[in-house]
Amino acid sequence: MIKAILIFNNHGKPRLSKFYEHYSEDTEQQIIRETFHLVSKRDENVCNFLEGGMLIGGSDNKLIYRHYATLYFVFCVDSSESELGILDLIQVFVETLDKCFENVCELDLIFHVDKVHNILAEMVMGGMVLETNMNEIVTQVDAENKMEKSEAGLAGAPARAVSAVKNMNLPEMPRNINIGDISIKVPNLPSFK
Amino acid sequence: MALKMVKGSIDRMFDKNLQDLVRGIRNHKEDEAKFISACIDEIKHELKQDNIAVKANAVCKLTYLQMLGYDVSWAAFNIIEVMSSSKFTFKRIGYLAASQCFHEGTDVIMLTTNQIRKDLSSPNQYDTGVALTGLSCFVTPDLARDLANDIMTLMSHTKPYIRKKAVLIMYKVFLKYPESLRPAFPRLKEKLEDPDPGVQSAAVNVICELARRNPKNYLSLAPLFFKLMTSSTNNWVLIKIIKLFGALTPLEPRLGKKLIEPLTNLIHSTSAMSLLYECVNTVIAVLISLSSGMPNHSASIQLCVQKLRILIEDSDQNLKYLGLLAMSKILKTHPKSVQSHKDLILQCLDDKDESIRLRALDLLYGMVSKKNLMEIVKKLMIHVDKAEGTTYRDELLTKIIDICSQSNYQYITNFEWYISILVELTRLEGTRHGHLIASQMLDVAIRVKAIRSFAVSQMAMLLDNAHLLAGNTQRNGICEVLYAAAWICGEFSEHLEEPMQTLEAVLRPKVTTLPGHIQAVYVQNAVKLFATVLARQEGAGDRQAAQETTELLIEKLPQFVQSSDLEVQERASCILQLIKYIQKLQAKEVSVSEEVSALFSGELNPVAPKAQKKVPIPDGLDLDSWINKPLRETESEDEKPRAIFHEEEPQHSRPRLPEIDEKELAKRREVRKQEQASNPFYIKSSPSPQKCYQETANVDHIPVVQIDLTVPLKVPGMPMSDQYVKLEEDRRQKQKQDKKKDKKKKKEKEKKRGKGRRLDSAHTESEEDIAPAQSVDIMTEEMPENALPSDEDDKDPNDPYRALDIDLDKPLVDSDKLPVRTHRPTEGLKSPDPMMGVEEQGEKKSSKKIKKDKERKKSKEEKKKKKHRKSASGKEVEEEGQVEKPAPPAAESESTAPPAAPPTEDSDLDFWLSSASVPSQSQPELVDPAPSSEPEEPKDEEEREESKSSKHKKKKHRKEKEEKSKKKKKQHQDEGAAESVQNGTLEEEEEPLPPMSNYSLLAENSDIKMVCDIQGNLQDGSQVVVSVIFENKGSSFLKSMEFNVMDSLNTKLVRPEGASVHDGIAVPFQLPPGVSNEARFVFTVQSIIMPQKLKGTLTFIVKTEDGSSHEKLDFKLLFTCTSYLITTPCYSDAFAKLLESGELKMNCLKLEGITMPFHHLLAKICFHHHFSVVERIDSCSSMYSRSIQGHHVCLLVKTGDKSVSIDAKCDEPTLLSNVLDEIKLTFAVTC
Repeated sequence: MIKAILIFNNHGKPRLSKFYEHYSEDTEQQIIRETFHLVSKRDENVCNFLEGGMLIGGSDNKLIYRHYATLYFVFCVDSSESELGILDLIQVFVETLDKCFENVCELDLIFHVDKVHNILAEMVMGGMVLETNMNEIVTQVDAENKMEKSEAGLAGAPARAVSAVKNMNLPEMPRNINIGDISIKVPNLPSFK
Repeated sequence: MALKMVKGSIDRMFDKNLQDLVRGIRNHKEDEAKFISACIDEIKHELKQDNIAVKANAVCKLTYLQMLGYDVSWAAFNIIEVMSSSKFTFKRIGYLAASQCFHEGTDVIMLTTNQIRKDLSSPNQYDTGVALTGLSCFVTPDLARDLANDIMTLMSHTKPYIRKKAVLIMYKVFLKYPESLRPAFPRLKEKLEDPDPGVQSAAVNVICELARRNPKNYLSLAPLFFKLMTSSTNNWVLIKIIKLFGALTPLEPRLGKKLIEPLTNLIHSTSAMSLLYECVNTVIAVLISLSSGMPNHSASIQLCVQKLRILIEDSDQNLKYLGLLAMSKILKTHPKSVQSHKDLILQCLDDKDESIRLRALDLLYGMVSKKNLMEIVKKLMIHVDKAEGTTYRDELLTKIIDICSQSNYQYITNFEWYISILVELTRLEGTRHGHLIASQMLDVAIRVKAIRSFAVSQMAMLLDNAHLLAGNTQRNGICEVLYAAAWICGEFSEHLEEPMQTLEAVLRPKVTTLPGHIQAVYVQNAVKLFATVLARQEGAGDRQAAQETTELLIEKLPQFVQSSDLEVQERASCILQLIKYIQKLQAKEVSVSEEVSALFSGELNPVAPKAQKKVPIPDGLDLDSWINKPLRETESEDEKPRAIFHEEEPQHSRPRLPEIDEKELAKRREVRKQEQASNPFYIKSSPSPQKCYQETANVDHIPVVQIDLTVPLKVPGMPMSDQYVKLEEDRRQKQKQDKKKDKKKKKEKEKKRGKGRRLDSAHTESEEDIAPAQSVDIMTEEMPENALPSDEDDKDPNDPYRALDIDLDKPLVDSDKLPVRTHRPTEGLKSPDPMMGVEEQGEKKSSKKIKKDKERKKSKEEKKKKKHRKSASGKEVEEEGQVEKPAPPAAESESTAPPAAPPTEDSDLDFWLSSASVPSQSQPELVDPAPSSEPEEPKDEEEREESKSSKHKKKKHRKEKEEKSKKKKKQHQDEGAAESVQNGTLEEEEEPLPPMSNYSLLAENSDIKMVCDIQGNLQDGSQVVVSVIFENKGSSFLKSMEFNVMDSLNTKLVRPEGASVHDGIAVPFQLPPGVSNEARFVFTVQSIIMPQKLKGTLTFIVKTEDGSSHEKLDFKLLFTCTSYLITTPCYSDAFAKLLESGELKMNCLKLEGITMPFHHLLAKICFHHHFSVVERIDSCSSMYSRSIQGHHVCLLVKTGDKSVSIDAKCDEPTLLSNVLDEIKLTFAVTC
């Protein structure tokens, strides 16, 4: 079982948090902080597994993480999951994000956390791995988005236009600051198909 | 209309959306909290508006704020509103929000049940999908109970996308509502062979998760998984299955034997590291479970260790880590194979990665021997000095102690060395394991008698240098060591050379800064020391000195009397009075030493940690009854005296969390201070030169001088452990030389034998023959008589997974039903497809066989004389089975139909396991007809196997089996009892309902049988769903099935986009022989007031060995009016209003010759005609149902003598009369 999936940046700012067990909001924040603390102090070239934060889990649990550019992707899992399998799943997740957002960067995650959730929902459900095939995931996500678009139809057009204008007006959203290239290939890990 | 919508959206576009919110938060870095609270106000305003789009936008923003840590539970109701929107866009937002912030405590969650049910049965697969995803995050026991049946139906949805989600969510449902496991399990099992790999993977996932918690219930699935393992190419599935086998093998050693070969093949062939790693892991588990009698055993271990070495040597840190992790598993059973890689592991200790170092440490635990213990510990001590972070250093410390103390100090040859290591460890600054060191010191000093004098001298030194340790007074800090030191010096003071000096050290004013519990021990042991000093001084005839000693105590003790710690205070006052009395006696020139020593005579023996629990309660003692009437609690809690030696006891328990204690203490202190301040009678402690403990609460204000720690702290005069290493080496050298002569003799003898053997024995000799330096008498811990140390009481009774420990092989009984609001029994339990029934029976048989097997084992143990009776006893069991069967009559009637294809090979686990590699095709024939003769075979093999294994193992094995068989038997009896009761109550009124089925035969030929059920669609008034179960009756493979009907004007089959009205719909599965599966088809209807008949055809390809042929089967699909009705609950007041409204037309019906009990009758109407009971009074009941187009149908059912009259009202008379006709028909058929 996957207990939680967290994404935060190099400063510990949460970009996505998905807990598959219930915690209060305060505990969730503590867990994020603790996890960030544990993960961020590790060097780049050490292993991607970490035994235990105090808050989440217990002895059976592991943190499995990957660091891409400015973002940490952390999965908290118990012993029924294969460690290398989860590492691969993270890779699939990031590659899927990359495909759905077209060159994903941290800003995409900042402004479209709902979309990230929707993508994640096609991969992991209730803490269990639902789908690992990227094409399948992308197909479903696309189909859902298509449906959303068709629903918005005529009524959605003005809102979209306004939002485009809003984005245009603000110099603060520079798409060209591509914060690092997120798609880093996994070293030494034979692909897991 | 369109204009209005556009206008609405133009209004909306000036609302803040999620992106604006995020942008705003980023722009308000300084006053983020203020900005967000303004946003929340705005959101609250938005939520009040009627426009669902605005609400959805607000909820979307709330979801984001929730991630930032804001509590949004106040908006739960709005979230539900958004969830129930008909638009997918908003629904998705709603479900996402719900999945993020709903939980079992959310009270409005019960309002979602109907909405979720509606979404689950939505024709749009994404609506269903999003509902399933959401539900998986917030499912509660209530939701699980109410929706279990709906989800189970979705497990056979036509779309794999829905199927896999439905399968996966079942795990959550099982967790929350364990009763659903048994009825749902057959279908779940079926999904293991789903044509879609995603669904298959989901099913494997769920079963693995279930089996991990209660593996023994899933042993019967082993053959099926084995088949999957050898056929699947999906690594995810393989990994899960292999992991599952790892959990199963400890329960069934024969399984391991079967697994070794394919796993070894996988290890050799796979390129995926993850798979390789899991294979190695499972092989290790198999090897652990197998007895050592296996011939090719060592080869497998060698393979594993070899592969792991490759992993560890890899430059990828992840592989290195995992390699070490797996290695530690091998270590437990085959330490020898790991020990040869000691170099590699020691190398990992120097790795820069902490995780890897920790794993390497774990391994060291098993690598030590008498020979290398000192060397390894020395290495670790160097690491301790070098380590930077306290966590890693503490981990090292615990590992050193673990390694040394393992298996009762087995590897320690020199306890002086160990004590000096412990003393060296006390130099660690800021460790949190002072307690651990202390308990080791106590343990060693108490249990190793020979070491006491050395230990005492070391401890005396520690007490002398207490100032070095006392700097850190935090709980569990290193000062805990003083606790042990003081106690050891006191208790074994007869070994002290200069007890006087130690006594002085114990009474130093500085001691009062120590934590209370340590001071208490100091005070108590001061007296013990005093007794020793007194005895010596009086023995020497030096009365003057003796009196001076007494004087010293009287002078120093008051500092403890003033202590704020109650324990210290109490002990000190007591002792002070005692000493004063002694002083008086001494003044009278009476020699007191003997009497004082008598206070502490007798030896304290170590007591096993569980001993207290095992003391039997004497007869007639009721521990729960009050001795006195309970007093009202007026004292504050901290006045409770602490148990005197309570610190000693948690030796084996975990150290407490210091933070909590600290906090609590601070709180209590605060409370007490306030109490004291407001109490006019409380005299505040006068400022004394000694700092009171109370004041130490404010140590923060005292400037602390940082000690430069770059200079290693050395306690003056303290022995270094290295010294002992050297000494020990010398000693061993000497020993060796002494032995050489003997050895030479031996060697000469051995020369005649094989070379390898000689080498071997020489090796073990050098390792085992190291005699300990001291003649060590390690005392065992005391236990009450007749009590055995056992672990049975360690199990956690609150394990949430315990509820899922359900025997899945037992046949389903009536009580195994999913509660169905719609009064439709689940498909799984009434076995709509005969296949399922057969399969269950197969399982039943198999479980019986296992039972039989076990019974036989037991009898074998008693005496072998029963051997000939075995087949007879087998028959007996079989007969019992016959007696058991009548419970589900429907299942039986179906099982009497000849099973065209016998159950798959998993019907007999025993047989599967015992046969080395029987081809699966020929197996079933063997299994079915001769159940009594066949089990002989596996048994024999088992016997052989057992005789091979060691005696010890055998015994254990047998014991286990015996226990199991007992348990099984008991269960069996219970079962029988329950059933007999059921049979006994047959005549009673509330007799259990016979299983019912709505599935009616559609068409049948020699190849295939179709049964179908028609149900209205809850959401769409113009749709009905036809569920058809296809069963392959023949012995050939059926594929390319196509389902087609001739549409009528009124009723049309919903075909995929672009298909013409003449095209059929492909059935989304293929049918191997004997298998059945369900497909659903959606029809649109316009008018529902009349029944309808549609002609249809099923075309399919029959594939036999000779070739394949096209076949077709015609059928007539009857849409009854009943099928347009939907069970809808109705409250009695609403019902009454409806009847009063006068809009309904009346009709009535009288049924004659009805003999069935009234509640049966009602249940039948409910079940077959989708009604629900509104109210029932004696022999009269009102019922209600609604058509998919909203017609109300009300019934008033009255029963008289053998007749039933039904008065009915409905707003559509034609529909009503048709429904009544159908009801009549139902009862005409059954009666």
